[in-house]
Amino acid sequence: MSTLEDGSQLVGRGNKEGAALFRDWFAELNETARTGGQAAYVFVMGSTNEILKTFDLPVVFPEINSLQTAVRRVAHEYLEEAEDYGYSPDICGYVKADVAVQLRGGEHPMGNLPRPTISVLTNACNTYIKWAEIWERMYGTPMFTIDVPGTRQAGKQTWAGNSDFEADRNYVEVQLRELITLCEEITGKTFDIDKFREVLGHANTMTRGWSRMLELNAARPSVFNALTDGTIYLGVANGFRGTAEGAAYFDRLVEEMEYKAANGIGQTAEEKYRLLFVGVPCYPIFRRFNELFTEWGGTFVNSTYLWFASGGTNRGFEYDLDNPLASLAEGMLVSVRDSMDSMFFQDDVLEQMITDHHADGVIYHPIKSCRTVSTGLADGRRSLTEKTGTPSLFIESDMMDRRVVSEAQMKNRIDAFFEGLVSRRQLAETGQND
Amino acid sequence: MSQFPNPTFPEWRDKSLDDALLECRDQVESPDFETVQRWREAGGKVVGHFQVSFPEEIVHAAGMLPFKVRGAPTDPNLADSHFGSYLCSILKTSLELALSDKVELDMFVSHPICDAARNLAAIWGRNFDYPCQTLYLPQNPNSTGSIDYLRHEYDRMRRVVEEIAGHEITDEALAQSIAVFNENRRLMRELYDIKREQPWLIAAEDAYALVSLAGMIPREEHNELLATLLPQIRERTAKQEDRIRVVFEGGFCEQPPFDLIRMLGRTCYLVDDDLHIGLRWITDDVDLDGDPLRNLAVAYIERSSYSPVQHDTRKPKEKMLIARINEARADAAILAAAKMCEPGLEEQVAYTHALDDEGIAYFVSEFEENMTTFGQLEMQVETFVENLLFA
Repeated sequence: MSTLEDGSQLVGRGNKEGAALFRDWFAELNETARTGGQAAYVFVMGSTNEILKTFDLPVVFPEINSLQTAVRRVAHEYLEEAEDYGYSPDICGYVKADVAVQLRGGEHPMGNLPRPTISVLTNACNTYIKWAEIWERMYGTPMFTIDVPGTRQAGKQTWAGNSDFEADRNYVEVQLRELITLCEEITGKTFDIDKFREVLGHANTMTRGWSRMLELNAARPSVFNALTDGTIYLGVANGFRGTAEGAAYFDRLVEEMEYKAANGIGQTAEEKYRLLFVGVPCYPIFRRFNELFTEWGGTFVNSTYLWFASGGTNRGFEYDLDNPLASLAEGMLVSVRDSMDSMFFQDDVLEQMITDHHADGVIYHPIKSCRTVSTGLADGRRSLTEKTGTPSLFIESDMMDRRVVSEAQMKNRIDAFFEGLVSRRQLAETGQND
Repeated sequence: MSQFPNPTFPEWRDKSLDDALLECRDQVESPDFETVQRWREAGGKVVGHFQVSFPEEIVHAAGMLPFKVRGAPTDPNLADSHFGSYLCSILKTSLELALSDKVELDMFVSHPICDAARNLAAIWGRNFDYPCQTLYLPQNPNSTGSIDYLRHEYDRMRRVVEEIAGHEITDEALAQSIAVFNENRRLMRELYDIKREQPWLIAAEDAYALVSLAGMIPREEHNELLATLLPQIRERTAKQEDRIRVVFEGGFCEQPPFDLIRMLGRTCYLVDDDLHIGLRWITDDVDLDGDPLRNLAVAYIERSSYSPVQHDTRKPKEKMLIARINEARADAAILAAAKMCEPGLEEQVAYTHALDDEGIAYFVSEFEENMTTFGQLEMQVETFVENLLFA
């Protein structure tokens, strides 16, 4: 594409194609449910799609299913049903929405979902474990936890060659081998190493695309909205990891973003203030939540969400196809650990993002539902403010539960935050803020 | 080995059983953790380890005090601004102890027991200069790789603790520490035998205080305390009363207020519980021969209790609870959870469904360590108990 006229067809393509892939994915799940086929329930931080796709197992991401109920504004119905069953209002809304889906026999706003034949999870979120225990109890579904040791102390990550790293990597590899055996038992198929390599190759392509896409959003103006567009890309990155469609999607998405960056085409909203988002989006009022920022010219240029919810794909780890299983173990260790780092040590991540993405402010959105993401945010904010002085806003609500989402209160706080940014900029322009 | 030229908790010595237990209760109820302060004043170093389980033997073998960080009955005046809403109290009050210098540490260790607690090492690390680490205990204990992995993780912890201690931790020292802790585990089991077999001999809050002290005084002192008091408790002549026998479940992390345990003890016999289960996590002796770190790892994986924060296909939690109820010949269970404790609240659902299936009575409740009024709760518990007694 060499001219704007030709290239203009690219703009918005990623969102359209992402939505189409989503429809195809759910259609496949619907069909699996109808025929009583097998399905693997997995999670966004370390899905092990690489192994599951090798066995042709359709993957169900209950986190994505649950957020869909919120985006479609029916989450409260599901939450109430799970609470009636006994679950406390204080626990994760994703879990409760899924419990209700299961109690309804798989009925979901996007169609029927198959039952889990197996659930595979990592320890990146402890609630994953509690969640999979529910299916284990409901259906006797075998659950397999890939235990991925995280960073032990801020700044003390170890890498290949270090004996502590190798001990962690070996542990992950043993578990992956055990998972393969379990998948063989469940599916009746023999593990195909050549197919596995092919899947890893697709994952590598996607990883390159994901990293490049994030990098391109450092452009001024930024080329995609890290909050809204980013959520679409995340869905594809998770659901289609290790597939030819997923790899092709990200190749084409990068093409679109490269074009936009080269031609100075930004987000839909005019970009006055570049923002970073920390936490999980407010899905019950997803569109409006974003508008509360864009109305002031605030655009989200990056987020910790795009890091941790992509399972650490941002880390850019590419598998060695000559040594596939050991490499997958290393990749999972490095990437899932990075996922956890971008939640627990988010202040370090943000310091780098502020520089790389030329951010004017940071929006913290801790939520009732997710203590993994939210517990450290107030303290991290104190630390970041001390280190960088970057203006930030701290608003609490939820990703599912509209009972704790107060749009009016949120608007007041967001408006006040922007008023502060406006005067800060005015003072800077007149040289009065020294 | 822990060195304690002066006892950190001398108050109970040379006193009658009742007075000694009173001193134990006072010590546990205090938010100041004087025993830890005394240890430091004598020049000792302290490693704070958050709930639930921690290989205290490693710290003990370095001659340092392992202190169980368990929150406190105090207001989080300094810590509050470091946290948002929707979080359990123990996170805040634990940090409060450190920020207010009530408890001074040389190292802090937390574990990925839950989504909230796994943030603690990062939070403490941003606020203190000493090492603040996560000990990644295996979340897949059913993997054939878990023991090798854990042995290495314990060795990593040994190296970190050695740096703080300023000297090597030998295998011999570790084996000696394991022996001290084996004795402690034996005495704790004996205490729980009394609770199960003759609960009228010891009040619920006294038994709790005795267990709780294990995490705040050197284990040699704790062994001496239990070895002295348990025979005296057995010799008591208190008579059995017509009370229902209950198991309390939900005290694996944040601890219920002392007065809540006292209130429950007034109403029924608390014949078993998971209060401070981390201090009693290993259920049998740890082997003394061979590689001590491997022995500790094997014990953690193979000979340990259960809690909502560990998934092990060999230990389905509702079955473990039912076994605990049956072994204690309990009439009912109190299924408690700390407010905002996600694993505890989630487990309550599984427990209630399982107990329904078994036809075992239960009472569901939430608590917070800082609760101060129990009138309403006491009335509910009494009603529950009366319903069982007069059914």
